[in-house]
Amino acid sequence: MMDAPLLPLFILLTSLLAAPVLFSLPERAARLRTGINLGMAGLKVALVAWLSLKVSQGVIYDLRFELLPGLEFKLQADPLAILFIALSAVLWLITTIYSVGYLEHGPHRARFFGFFSLCVAATVGIALSGNLFTFLLFYELLTLATYPLVIHRGTAEALRAGRIYLIYTLAGGLVLLLGTLGLWVLAGTTDFVPGGVLAYVVAVNPLAAQLLFVVLIGALGVKAALFPFHVWLPIAMVAPAPVSALLHAVAVVKAGAFGIMRVVYEVFGIETAQALGVTAPLAVLAGVTIIYGSLKAITQDDIKKRLAYSTVSQVSYITLGVALASPLAAVGALAHLIHQGLMKITMFMVAGNLAEGLGVKRVSQMDGVGRAMPGSMLAFTLAALGMIGLPPLAGFVSKWYLAQGGLEAGQAWVIELLLGSSLLNAIYFMPMLHRAWFRDAAPETTGAPGRPRIGWMLAVPPAATAALVLIAGGFANAPFSPLEWTRFIVAIEYQE
Amino acid sequence: MSVDLSPITLAIFVPLFGAIMAFLLPRAASVIGLATLALTTGAVIWLARAVLTGGAVVLPLGGWGAPLGIDLRADGLSVAMLGLTCAVGFLVSVAALDSLKGAQQARQRQYFWPLWLLLLTGMNGVYLGTDIFNLYVMIEVIALAAVGLTVLSGSRAAVQAGLEYMYASILGALLFLMGVGFIYLQLGRLDFAGLTGAEPTGALIAALALMFVGLALKTALFPLHFWLPAAHANATAPASALLSGLVVKAALYIVLRLAQYMPFPSETLLTLVGLMGAGAVIWGGIQALRAERLKLLVAWSTVAQIGLIFVAFARAGEVGLPESWKAAALLILAHGIAKAAMFLAAGRIKDEIGHDVIRDLDRSPIRPTLAQFTFALAAISLIGLPPSLGFIGKWSLMEGAMAAGYWHWVAVTMAGTLMSVAYFSRVFAGFLRFDRVRAPVGEHQGWALADAAPLTLALAAIGLGLLAAPILGFIEIGYPFGVAP
Repeated sequence: MMDAPLLPLFILLTSLLAAPVLFSLPERAARLRTGINLGMAGLKVALVAWLSLKVSQGVIYDLRFELLPGLEFKLQADPLAILFIALSAVLWLITTIYSVGYLEHGPHRARFFGFFSLCVAATVGIALSGNLFTFLLFYELLTLATYPLVIHRGTAEALRAGRIYLIYTLAGGLVLLLGTLGLWVLAGTTDFVPGGVLAYVVAVNPLAAQLLFVVLIGALGVKAALFPFHVWLPIAMVAPAPVSALLHAVAVVKAGAFGIMRVVYEVFGIETAQALGVTAPLAVLAGVTIIYGSLKAITQDDIKKRLAYSTVSQVSYITLGVALASPLAAVGALAHLIHQGLMKITMFMVAGNLAEGLGVKRVSQMDGVGRAMPGSMLAFTLAALGMIGLPPLAGFVSKWYLAQGGLEAGQAWVIELLLGSSLLNAIYFMPMLHRAWFRDAAPETTGAPGRPRIGWMLAVPPAATAALVLIAGGFANAPFSPLEWTRFIVAIEYQE
Repeated sequence: MSVDLSPITLAIFVPLFGAIMAFLLPRAASVIGLATLALTTGAVIWLARAVLTGGAVVLPLGGWGAPLGIDLRADGLSVAMLGLTCAVGFLVSVAALDSLKGAQQARQRQYFWPLWLLLLTGMNGVYLGTDIFNLYVMIEVIALAAVGLTVLSGSRAAVQAGLEYMYASILGALLFLMGVGFIYLQLGRLDFAGLTGAEPTGALIAALALMFVGLALKTALFPLHFWLPAAHANATAPASALLSGLVVKAALYIVLRLAQYMPFPSETLLTLVGLMGAGAVIWGGIQALRAERLKLLVAWSTVAQIGLIFVAFARAGEVGLPESWKAAALLILAHGIAKAAMFLAAGRIKDEIGHDVIRDLDRSPIRPTLAQFTFALAAISLIGLPPSLGFIGKWSLMEGAMAAGYWHWVAVTMAGTLMSVAYFSRVFAGFLRFDRVRAPVGEHQGWALADAAPLTLALAAIGLGLLAAPILGFIEIGYPFGVAP
């Protein structure tokens, strides 16, 4: 097979170059737009598959470009990057199909898909960033590209939500700029290196290093919806369903969680961070967020808001796994990055389907929807049970490793936390399932039987992701499964 | 005095000749204007190549040489400023062709071109001059032309603003001239080379302070900014773009040059300059948040951004001075390009919608999408988001401040950034809200060739951030920042 050193750049360009083309297409050129969207998304999946194969064979990709003396724009494809990029490529393809179906005949589609593409480009850039400086560039691009998607409907409510979103994320971005500068001034590099670059600084000036940790994690915590910076996430729910799906599963919150991984593993280095005494407080903060998000989710009647608080809780599993500083917990955290994405995107797409097909937007309206839309609700059920942590679904695998990691790190409270969280998950998901399957439908949600309420472009994507939830859990030990790849990464980060 | 044929002389005399021709042949003014811009740009490119290959170029006018005669000198910084002026000027001229094409604008057209070419002459003269009396003459030329451009529309508000601008300008020039006079009494020389190594006596510092206050008036540094918002907001769009993007930079450039050749005054004075800048950042931000009209908001943002450039001057105290000048130079370039783009886009939006009241932008069924997109891109650079040139400038500013432990300048920069996000997002809400429109929205109405020039500028402001390293390398040619010899 031929070797292409520019492969990471090509993957970035598939969506980055699609954006201006999509912007300039006239509104009515729907077919051409869909063709470009799906073509580019498919091409990206193929290129990412190629890249993963190469990286698993040990090929190193490293592209640099000097922006200021000593300061580089740097793309690198390491196994951790592959994990995130594969998630985004696959889910982008699926969400694109869904969005085309969801936005049929809606206004501003040229704008929507243009920014949608930019958003994915930013995510890919975040995955491939070889240093914190490059990460910052794409992190800000992600904010700018998602803002027009959040306010897509153009209503007063959407704009208010967009304003809050922008204030939180841009303020977070500014703090990240401060942290990146701090790292640059302290360490003289912002490169991501397994084992970290700050060992010397930690030895000489631990206070500055601790401060830097707080600044960086605080900045990334805004997007990762870490308590108390999670406020924007439930409010941003006014976005159209595919946008929420993407925001929660791949793009924004994951960018934050992924950034936390990079900072802990490759800026500080897990041992250095542990020696600095900053991981334990982070684990506690993640634990608080997990419980807080779940408690808030129980009280929400709006389906999307309940899902949003559930995200607040679930994404912090990733942070928890990183902060526990045990290899097993790290496996759980990394696997959860993928697993939570698969499960949450399924649920958001189904929520969109309920709203489109039946006009159901609240939990209290969900009576009997299982009979009206069995396929979608089956997918939702799988994802919800996975979130609760039922074996053999994907969520179980990540919780299992997190719990073992907790034991390995000598933090038994993690087991109790996970059990408690699973219980809370059940408390807010089971009533939804119960209503959907076991209650009689309200008159307005029963229609003529047999007639599909939604097109295939809305029905197939959640079914596909639900199948992936099943596969990722059931075949967790197969080669190239997220879990296997995760073990590969952890071996690198823990330098075993 | 014989005029040697050199790109340096061409860069000054081509626009001067063009201005005279455009004045004499008003019917052909547009053609003459564009041709002049193209020729001047050609001369600057020629000069840039010469500087790139052979380092700084010095031309003794008439063969006399300083200190008897007048030298013209082009180093990396000069050529960068010339390039900014010509490139932005050319694109603004293209935009002006469109926005001044109506029959009722015949008078505006007649005066716009001669004034603008005269302005170009003055600015190029400043960037090539090496003699402070010469600089004084040139800033008077600039002031004359700039005031003319301000009152071009002939509206009552514009004339009033133009008058205020003129008073400020005359006062500023007078202060500068007094400073020049004191320096002549002290040193007996006025050329830059003669100023280097002078003893920082009290009288010299006083002269410098006088010159600085004069220049601060001209560049509208807080609290001497009072004339700017009205002048820039009420001029016609191409004139606003020239005034905000280019004219205020001439005085800033002179500050940079004086700092290069004159003795370092004192840490206290430098801090004072930074504090004035910080005041501008905060006050400009507050006023932009309160502005009711789009162009006024953009004008106040200029006040804030100019302030930020002065913060960059002061960011690391005496030790980091050469690096601070570089950060300031980057910010000057970034602001020049982005602000011209923004004023042109704001003008387009006003033309298409018919007003520029921010609160009512979303009531319009016409949405000039491309102009709005341009405005947003320019805002990205002005806020300082990556990968724009504004971001690189801001990064350099904060890096130096942080390394020197001057956290207050970091805090000011961050506060300014947040405020700029807040005031620009007021405008975005007007672009993107759709539930207050009664009529069906024509989103693609208002696409026009006229959007090409501002869009190009805005894309340049963003994209040039990726070329920051070569740009920095270029402006250091000839050691304008006093690093070596």
